[in-house]
Amino acid sequence: MSRVKLNHITDDDLVEGTSLGRDAWLRLRKNRVAMISLWLLTAVVILCFVVAWFCTDPNVINLTNKFASPSAEHWLGTDQLGRDLFSRILYGGQISMLVGFVATAVTLLIGISYGAVSGYMGGRPDSLLMRIVDTLYAIPFLVLVIILKVVIAGLVTDLAGWTVENFGWNKEFVFRFANIIPLFITIGALGWLTLARITRAQILSIKNQEFVEAARSLGLSDRRILFRHIVPNTVGTAIVYATLTIPSFILYEASLSYLGMGVEAPNSSWGILIKEGANFLETQPSLLIIPGLFFSVTLFSLNFLGDGLRDALDPKASKD
Amino acid sequence: MLRYLASRIFQGFLVLFALYTITFFLVKAMPGDPFTGEKNIPEDVKRNMREQSGLNDPLFVQYLNYPKEVLLKGSFNYSIKKRRPVVEIIAQAFPASFVLGISALIFAVMLAIPIGVISALRKNSWVDYSGMAIAMVGICVPSFVIGPLLQIGIATRVPILKIAGWDSPIDIVLPAITLGLATAAYLARLTRGGMLEILSQDYIRTARAKGLSTGRIMIVHALRGGLIPSVAFIGPAFATLISGSFIVESIFQVPGMGQHFVNAIVDRDEFLVLGLALFYGFLVVIMNLVADLLVGFLNPRVRIAELDG
Repeated sequence: MSRVKLNHITDDDLVEGTSLGRDAWLRLRKNRVAMISLWLLTAVVILCFVVAWFCTDPNVINLTNKFASPSAEHWLGTDQLGRDLFSRILYGGQISMLVGFVATAVTLLIGISYGAVSGYMGGRPDSLLMRIVDTLYAIPFLVLVIILKVVIAGLVTDLAGWTVENFGWNKEFVFRFANIIPLFITIGALGWLTLARITRAQILSIKNQEFVEAARSLGLSDRRILFRHIVPNTVGTAIVYATLTIPSFILYEASLSYLGMGVEAPNSSWGILIKEGANFLETQPSLLIIPGLFFSVTLFSLNFLGDGLRDALDPKASKD
Repeated sequence: MLRYLASRIFQGFLVLFALYTITFFLVKAMPGDPFTGEKNIPEDVKRNMREQSGLNDPLFVQYLNYPKEVLLKGSFNYSIKKRRPVVEIIAQAFPASFVLGISALIFAVMLAIPIGVISALRKNSWVDYSGMAIAMVGICVPSFVIGPLLQIGIATRVPILKIAGWDSPIDIVLPAITLGLATAAYLARLTRGGMLEILSQDYIRTARAKGLSTGRIMIVHALRGGLIPSVAFIGPAFATLISGSFIVESIFQVPGMGQHFVNAIVDRDEFLVLGLALFYGFLVVIMNLVADLLVGFLNPRVRIAELDG
């Protein structure tokens, strides 16, 4: 191939192309509310997952120091059993956020696979799979979550007891995990419906494009074409949607814990702190208000960040 | 139309049957049975009680027996723990939940639709921003924070409002606000979105060009299309409001269905759990159908697509 000399175009004239991710980031940076949310969220995550390690044990009870006001020792005072409120909020936040993130991950896994397979197969299997989703949609969510949670909690507790007996694992540690795993599974297992629909719609629009044809002509297997070539193109949208499900899952966990069906002691979560705080509303409103504030600020940031991400990744938005 | 209705009702039955199947096997998979917690009852009495409630039959027989009883005799069986018919328990608890749900919905609609419409009309003004910020607060602050805050902030200051209880009609106010706020927040966002889309359509410009007043354009031309997303949302939301208010009912001690559901699961009270789950499912199915019919009424294009399909 001979070299073409471009004598009238210099390097300075060339405008560098920008990738989709970079474009989106630039747009997101202009969205002030989304950026504030991003910083707030980062702050809460650092508090809960880094600062918490340097705090006092949230389960140390000191009945002589009940309902203490904020001091140098207890930054936000103490609760009805003299436990440090600040470290309880941070440790509770760990669980709340873990449930939100892990359950969303479970949702992504099931929703994307289900939607992808359904959309790619098309025809009768597709309409059957989507009919199942329609049916599940009509079923009241919280009702099933509660029953399923009780069932899975029973299984997981048995399993935990078995590992303690046979492997000699640390009992306290195992049961602490056994207590929150059912929540991940339950919420994730029932929350994937919308995601499956979104993914399927995208697969339908992608699967007839030329690059898929090219992959097929190379003799690749269906599974490889679907999960290596088609699905990666849908992940962006799925992640944006997932950002918006995290806050709703955190809210679900809190509602379940509030009803006494969520995490149990020694674990705690924001839902439990709020519930306990509500009992001392008249004498000590800060026990309700401070955890409520942390909870709401986190939900607020996740929602605004999700909205901002959706706007930033919207292909309809102009490239300005 | 009739054919469409018939197929939807058939679908509704399928959904309820699927719900029954899932609930039945999950209930059976729960550890323990209704009599596990009863330490005072001797073992052989428990065995007789199990026998009498049909809990000793093979699983598959039990699975088929319940729908048979429901469809042929209209009997939803007895609550094993409370020793009363399930229908009676629901009939006693439902009115409170229903009144609370309706009031919450009315509150939500009265609050959200005006906010959404005004926000869309004054897009990107301070009215819009503050309206949507308030809506976000409604979404992010859960009812179990708002409820107690209303109790301490309002109920303790206003003499006629009680902190909790369900005796006089005025007692509905605080629980209804607590329950309706999140719905109002979603509704306001949906209304704003729907109105924004309609307001950018050509026929609205034509109406403006004819010199119609903003009020007339809104009421006669824009609302009908702009409210479609909101109506589609209200249907299922209404079903959730009249059934799913476990938390608000427990905060304000409303004698509704929420307490029964949580207790029934804790007690492993199988028939009560099944009855309540089916009742909830029934409400959701009906409300979805009503919402779809209303959307078809508001938007003829949807109507035709569904009738053809």
